[in-house]
Amino acid sequence: MGNKIYYLDNNATTKTDPAVLEAMLPYFGEEYANPSGVYSFAQGAKKAIDDAREQAASFLNADPKEIVFTSGGTESDNMAIKGIAYANTDKGRHIITSKIEHHAILNTCKYLEKQGFEVTYLPVDKYGIVDPGELKKALRKDTVLVSIMYANNEIGTIQDISTLARVTKEAGAYFHTDAVQAAGKTALDVKELGIDMLSLSGHKFHGPKGTGLLYLRKGVRIHSFMQGGHHEFNRRAGTENVPGIAGIGKACAIAAAHLADNNDMKRIKALRDSLEKGILEKIPDVQVNGHPGKRVDNTLNVSVRHIEGEAMLIHMDFEGICASSGSACTSGSLEPSHVLLACGVDHETAHGSIRFSFSKYSSQEDVDKVMEVLPGITQKLRSMSPMWNERKKNR
Amino acid sequence: MALSYSPKVMDQFKKMTNNGRIEDADGIGKVGNPVCGDVMWIYIKVKDNIITECKFETFGCVAAIATSSLGTELVIGKTLEEALEVTDKRIIDLLGGLPKEKHHCSVLAEDGIRKAIEDYRSKQK
Repeated sequence: MGNKIYYLDNNATTKTDPAVLEAMLPYFGEEYANPSGVYSFAQGAKKAIDDAREQAASFLNADPKEIVFTSGGTESDNMAIKGIAYANTDKGRHIITSKIEHHAILNTCKYLEKQGFEVTYLPVDKYGIVDPGELKKALRKDTVLVSIMYANNEIGTIQDISTLARVTKEAGAYFHTDAVQAAGKTALDVKELGIDMLSLSGHKFHGPKGTGLLYLRKGVRIHSFMQGGHHEFNRRAGTENVPGIAGIGKACAIAAAHLADNNDMKRIKALRDSLEKGILEKIPDVQVNGHPGKRVDNTLNVSVRHIEGEAMLIHMDFEGICASSGSACTSGSLEPSHVLLACGVDHETAHGSIRFSFSKYSSQEDVDKVMEVLPGITQKLRSMSPMWNERKKNR
Repeated sequence: MALSYSPKVMDQFKKMTNNGRIEDADGIGKVGNPVCGDVMWIYIKVKDNIITECKFETFGCVAAIATSSLGTELVIGKTLEEALEVTDKRIIDLLGGLPKEKHHCSVLAEDGIRKAIEDYRSKQK
């Protein structure tokens, strides 16, 4: 490689903060002790985990004992959904989620359906919003869990989590939110939200890959699927990933400080907004997907009609730009993004979607590069698109 | 997106020959469906049973565009009978392979060429 990279795929993963890496290094090296050890040599590793738990708890306004460290967002989602489902079969076997969840939720629910559970997938409006009224109608006596994502990974739409949680609690069910795409982008306060469980993934907010956590409100009992030692207060067996936990803890502390830095948060939003404006001005027949306002400030999803996403991505890749698409060709299936389809976007327009996602490491240079090359790329691809040429002819 | 394309696919995608439309085409083959994300229109000009010109318009991914481009290159200067022997397998081989989930794109190129020739022949009757 060696060529300059314009990285605008931060909803896929983020660059590890150098301070996070530094916080992890001792536990790969001299501090190698098993934190369960009784000797003083183990105290360093044990303290690293305790500190990380404090940092994570403070990030979410939770109690440290309410934090369970996991291997990532997917494990946290599995733990929450299966954990509640199997711990509450005496009450019922009904679960409610939405049609736009990440596959870590959707496929876990589909798995449970095969095990005899019943799942309701709530629809969303054209912006990707779940209507609390719809949730209310879907709740039943045998509903044990509602899981609705905080912010969507593809379009960035933010849900009204506190209202959804309140409606759920009134019906006597547990509420979980997959907040993987919200962490570091908006403040998260589990008490204010009134939720029972929340999933985070370390690498989505400048922490290490292979790390995650589940906030599990005190008193909420889940069934454990990992049998073994007494780690994580008997909630997740297995010797702790000490460097990873130190890393995600540090990432939480850094993210909390960054959220308080209004200027930089505004800068990231301004970058996203300027790219959105530039694309709408320079490229005809484009639509923005997701909610215009209720959307995380780092995400821009646009559909360039009559051309396909992967071809655009590869042309951008020739120029060093990293972005992603909801086209079928990038998902490995024949169906385009389930999120865009649930928002009522037609197949062809969904195939032409591209997502740009920013982080604190993004700069004006990234926006300028996209604006320098994307209009030409879309023009080139449209000039050979039968649908675009037909459309022009029919005008 | 963990798809890996061969260097030949990327070359073909980059250089992209014969894209565009032939306004006075002798035969047009329209295949694919925007719902699936691939649409390919193949245009041919024929003289004395030989394809003298061939162009494509494609809405689709890298593989769809590369197979369209190569497909048109392969049939120019060929007799109709020879052109009908351009199979998806041959296109894949010449491209140095395609990811498995992209094989349907090469089938589109084969189908598009065949339909364009059928269209031409039906007009000759």
